[in-house]
Amino acid sequence: MAPYLVLFGIFILFPVFYGIWISLHNWDYLLPGKPWVGLQNYVDLFTPGSTTFEPFWQSMEATGKFTLYSVPLLVVIPLLVALILNERFPGRTFFRVIYFAPYVLGVAVIGILWRYLLDTNVGLVNYYLGQLRLPNNIPWSNELPWAWVTLVGSTVWWTLGFNAVIYLAGLQDIDPALYDAAKVDGANRWRRFLHVTLPGLRPILLFVITVTILASANVFGQAYLITEGAPSDETKPAIWYIADQGLRTFKMGSAAAMSYVLALFLAVISVANFALFRYRED
Amino acid sequence: MEESTTRAAPKSGRREPGQLGRLVLYYAGLILLTVIFVAPLLWMLSTSFKTNVEATQLPPNWIPEEFTTESYSKIFKTGESQTPVLRWFLNSMVAASAHTVLVLVTASMAAYALARMNFPGRRILFATIIGTLFIPTFVFIMPNYLIVDTFGWLDTLLAVIVPGAAGAFGVFFLRQFFLSMPHELEEAALIDGASRLQIFLRIILPLSKAPLATLAVLSFLTNWNDFLWPVYVLFSPKSLTLPPGLSILQNAYTTDYAVVMAGGVVASIPVLLVFILAQKYVIQGVSRSGLKG
Repeated sequence: MAPYLVLFGIFILFPVFYGIWISLHNWDYLLPGKPWVGLQNYVDLFTPGSTTFEPFWQSMEATGKFTLYSVPLLVVIPLLVALILNERFPGRTFFRVIYFAPYVLGVAVIGILWRYLLDTNVGLVNYYLGQLRLPNNIPWSNELPWAWVTLVGSTVWWTLGFNAVIYLAGLQDIDPALYDAAKVDGANRWRRFLHVTLPGLRPILLFVITVTILASANVFGQAYLITEGAPSDETKPAIWYIADQGLRTFKMGSAAAMSYVLALFLAVISVANFALFRYRED
Repeated sequence: MEESTTRAAPKSGRREPGQLGRLVLYYAGLILLTVIFVAPLLWMLSTSFKTNVEATQLPPNWIPEEFTTESYSKIFKTGESQTPVLRWFLNSMVAASAHTVLVLVTASMAAYALARMNFPGRRILFATIIGTLFIPTFVFIMPNYLIVDTFGWLDTLLAVIVPGAAGAFGVFFLRQFFLSMPHELEEAALIDGASRLQIFLRIILPLSKAPLATLAVLSFLTNWNDFLWPVYVLFSPKSLTLPPGLSILQNAYTTDYAVVMAGGVVASIPVLLVFILAQKYVIQGVSRSGLKG
């Protein structure tokens, strides 16, 4: 027990409070004095015209947009894939392994790979679009809306398998007798999906939505490596801005305050999510 | 693979008439998806064996016309280099392995204590540990940077090995498993006068190979792939792990995609190998984490 508790105390429990303490100071890593400023770092974040207001909310907007675009796709597409893989057919373990494979590669590999594939001039994607008589000069990584398509698309490619595997486990937990009963009642495929599959997946759905929102709010590597925040920091997500603010310009007090504001946002969204699901259950 | 076709009454009767068309459609979809997932990876592999000229040449050659390992010799060259990929590979190997061992040792002990031993405050402690699972990891970046700095660990592998092992997932995951084990085994050993430590080492651990393997594989993959934290806590070329290294490589060889892809291949092979060898554990670990939710 003890060894874990030491780690837990030093790197999890203490930092939660230490972070709050930092956020209440003008904590510049490079300066000797770290004056107490109370809630000033938080106030600044909500005061238009302060040095942090504009870039912080722009980065929050970037993270928000990314979450908004990617979560629906990452909830729906993996469900479709899971439904396909849930049928009995030879080789389904093989396909499951294939679809999951990109997930075991890190975001760094995903980033450099997709940057190459989406290169405007020499990338495969534009080349094959050209072969299909579609525009072949799309600036995937440095113009809107393409930069969003790039970030969302590469993320879907990367993490689809993860959500699909979770759905698959949920699907296999649904009692087959329910399907048989629905069939006897003359329900077609679609109605069986609507009235047996979806209700059976409710807890899994809640889990997938919650986890995907959290993961999307943590987006960093794709933007860091593929779009580099372009155009003009519009795809620079909150985590990146916060980490730069704290660990590149060393305004750690302000950065810590930002991370708590972002965490609060996520907490509110998660609670709302749970409440919504509970409400629908009644 | 599946025996269902030979049964008298196929389960849930999925073999309906008129299935051939659907079956063809099915496999067409499956194969299309497979291409979407596999082609980029094959392209990365193929490019890494091309010359820089051929890597940016269209129409693309899926099989290198002029097969060369020059990209690999570029990134593996020893001596002073801003991009010592081989060094990064070793760093990643050391960091991910050490991290995995640390997680297994500390989490299994803590999980056993929480599952089986009675001590004051156990419930509150468990609730606190689980509660921290809900705190997003970015909250820890600033304070942990300062803590790691206090220990003098910045720019060393310890910074990427130790803090991550404090996460509550392993404890939670193993405790669930330990709780499901029958008490009788331990009671018999206790009567025979075995100590808690002996029981843990001789009885519990040998029976927990599967969950320990799952946790080991997941910890290794997570640590190997971690990106944000090492980008900020490791600075000098010789102390980087592969993920921040790939970012440096991409910036150093902006136009030389063959070299960048070779770096990608080096970073992918170990995790793909681990995944292929242990796919059962990886997929089980992931799907079980979902069922808990």
